[in-house]
Amino acid sequence: MDFGYTDEQRQLQETLLRYIAKEYGFAERRKVARSDLGYSPGHWQAFADLGVLALTIPEAQGGLDGNAIDTMIVMEALGRGLVLEPYLSTAVICGGLIADAGSEAQKASLLPAIGGGELVMALAHYEPGARYELNHVAATARADGGGYVLDGVKTVVIAGSQAHRLIVSARTSGDARDDAGVSLFIVDRDAAGIGIRGYPTQDGARAAEITLTGVRLAADALLGAAGRAMPVIERAIERGIAALCAEAVGVMSALNDATLEYLKTREQFGGPIGRFQALQHRMVDMFIAAEQARSMAIMAGVGVGSNDAAERHRTVSMAKALVGQSARFVGQQAVQLHGGMGVTDELIVSHYFKRLTVINTTFGDADHHLGRVSDLLLAT
Amino acid sequence: MDLHYTEEQQAFRREVRAFIAAKLPAPTRDRIASHKHLNPDDIRTWQRILCERGWGAPGWPKAAGGAGWDPVQRHIFEEEYVNAGAPRQLDFSISMVGPVIIAFGTPAQQQYFLPKILTGEHWWCQGYSEPGAGSDLASLKTRAERKGDHYVVNGQKTWNTLGQYADWIFCLVRTSTERRPQEGISFLLIDMKTPGITVRPITMLDGGQEINDIFFDDVKVPVDNRIGDENKGWTYAKFLLGHERVGIANVPRSKRMLKRLKEIAREERANGRPLIEDARFRDRIAQVEIDLTALEITLLRVLSAEREKRAPGPEGSILKIRGSEIGQAIYELTMQACGHAALPYLPEALDDGWSGVPVGGAHAPAAALEYFNHRKTTIFGGSNEIQKNIIAKMILGL
Repeated sequence: MDFGYTDEQRQLQETLLRYIAKEYGFAERRKVARSDLGYSPGHWQAFADLGVLALTIPEAQGGLDGNAIDTMIVMEALGRGLVLEPYLSTAVICGGLIADAGSEAQKASLLPAIGGGELVMALAHYEPGARYELNHVAATARADGGGYVLDGVKTVVIAGSQAHRLIVSARTSGDARDDAGVSLFIVDRDAAGIGIRGYPTQDGARAAEITLTGVRLAADALLGAAGRAMPVIERAIERGIAALCAEAVGVMSALNDATLEYLKTREQFGGPIGRFQALQHRMVDMFIAAEQARSMAIMAGVGVGSNDAAERHRTVSMAKALVGQSARFVGQQAVQLHGGMGVTDELIVSHYFKRLTVINTTFGDADHHLGRVSDLLLAT
Repeated sequence: MDLHYTEEQQAFRREVRAFIAAKLPAPTRDRIASHKHLNPDDIRTWQRILCERGWGAPGWPKAAGGAGWDPVQRHIFEEEYVNAGAPRQLDFSISMVGPVIIAFGTPAQQQYFLPKILTGEHWWCQGYSEPGAGSDLASLKTRAERKGDHYVVNGQKTWNTLGQYADWIFCLVRTSTERRPQEGISFLLIDMKTPGITVRPITMLDGGQEINDIFFDDVKVPVDNRIGDENKGWTYAKFLLGHERVGIANVPRSKRMLKRLKEIAREERANGRPLIEDARFRDRIAQVEIDLTALEITLLRVLSAEREKRAPGPEGSILKIRGSEIGQAIYELTMQACGHAALPYLPEALDDGWSGVPVGGAHAPAAALEYFNHRKTTIFGGSNEIQKNIIAKMILGL
């Protein structure tokens, strides 16, 4: 049993936190959020130069062969800085999908480009009406003369407007909500028949509605085995959930720092408001919630690497449920303790709160994952 | 980062498990398994058995006769004895007065008391709270007046646990009123057989009598039985707070109770189906399981830090708060699972040898009693509100 980081991991954490503190302050973040792209190619390249983008890419493709704990460290730091760059979708989810399921040629062409900062990617999977159900795929991929033709609609694709390439899920067989028959395809954003309607999300990040209308793909666009993508998608989403848990821990810890500082400096009734017990106990509850969330993020970070799928589902859902609950509590109470300032755009507090709210919903909210843990009780 | 126990720790677990399986007296095990009341002898005998193996005090250093285990080993030991249905050792003896005597006692006190704690010959209880000094412990008024080589003690202690079986009591007493309340307190060790001590049990809400008032009426205590310096008792008492992290969260006990809750939810029926198929109830079990899992990992983080002699992080302070809240939630759900069968008040069903027919399942007679009994856990040892005051002040700097 060991909860410590290696020297390399500690170094990674320090380097990244230093970069964010120096280069990614609140004013800079606001600028990035308001830019056309919604992320900064300059910061993206800096992350590549720091080795962050290549961290979890296999050595064979020029990466650093890192694990989920390394991802956890990065995500927590990105959370502290409310970093908008599409690290989760590009490096964690799509990078992971390609490393898991890609052919040698796909790995060789895509992974070094991700690591080098030249390629932004997004997973276009969720569909209207699917809510959080991963096997709800109605988009179709019809075999057509050695290649495929894709039709369908994908909704709230994170980083969908920013990605140079998409990984799209579509059915090569079966009915919507069948596990079998789902396949993955690598699609260029400029391919004929693709429509991308980008927009900001509540937290200032970007997403898109994506339509596929008779999109013609060559056979080598297929990622992994045809019809057997569900376990690969599940695993990628689980990796994403573990990463989001770590990010939420970073956000919560920064938000608790900010709130504690406010309690010590904001004066009312002739002294700092932190001398009032009602507020002290609330702050303690927020602190407890964040520590419990950190424990679960660690469990998810370690557990997501397991090859036991059932154990992985359970671990990840337990973590997402508790982290979502903690995130909601810490976010709401931080706003409350900041009073009127908490509901303004001017303070970073409301931005942390909005990011936590988005994290709770992404890939299934606390209730959804609580339900999954609950239903597993029937099986055991 | 690795959440698995090392091979060495797993071997230690096997050794502990084998020992308990071989040595735990069957009647004790059966009483615990069936949620019957324990006899004091169950605890004394088990203490003697552990002592013979060299495990009488898991956390004490070897030089003091302890097992010298690190915090993770002690947690493993706790898991194993809880799962095997062995009694918890007396916290007041092993985890509280023992470490104080080791840290601050004279050689004579150490030589006399420590071996008797280890063998179970001395059963210790605690004299801290008073009717007018609960959360505000430093305002305690029980007086100890110096008369030559003795103190004469007068006053009343309350919320004393299991003092009716105790041989000795460690007490905080007032020896000075001149300075701040904290600076006039001394730490005395008092033989319960001393004339002038009266123990009066308090009937608690579950009908049990595990708690007492203790009255001191001109009780003569040798000055040699004082720990450390006069008027420095508050320092020694504070040493106990936060000294002991292992066991404070009660994670192994809660895990065992959660397992039982799931079993009960499979046995009980609702709408002609097992209760566990009722999603509303099942979700509540899932929630408490998630909360308990988070607490367990938090505990392991704390114990690992202590083991590696890293300064324990602030997360240590949350163990008592969350541990008590989660434990209470499990007992409450267990009672709820029983439905109407939780209502009959049949405390005799928990007496050993009771051969009556319970109402409802075998688990039902204890369900409400345990729910009521465990309301104490968020109150004792510094109420959870006091714990939050401490975290606000010591950790958050408010």
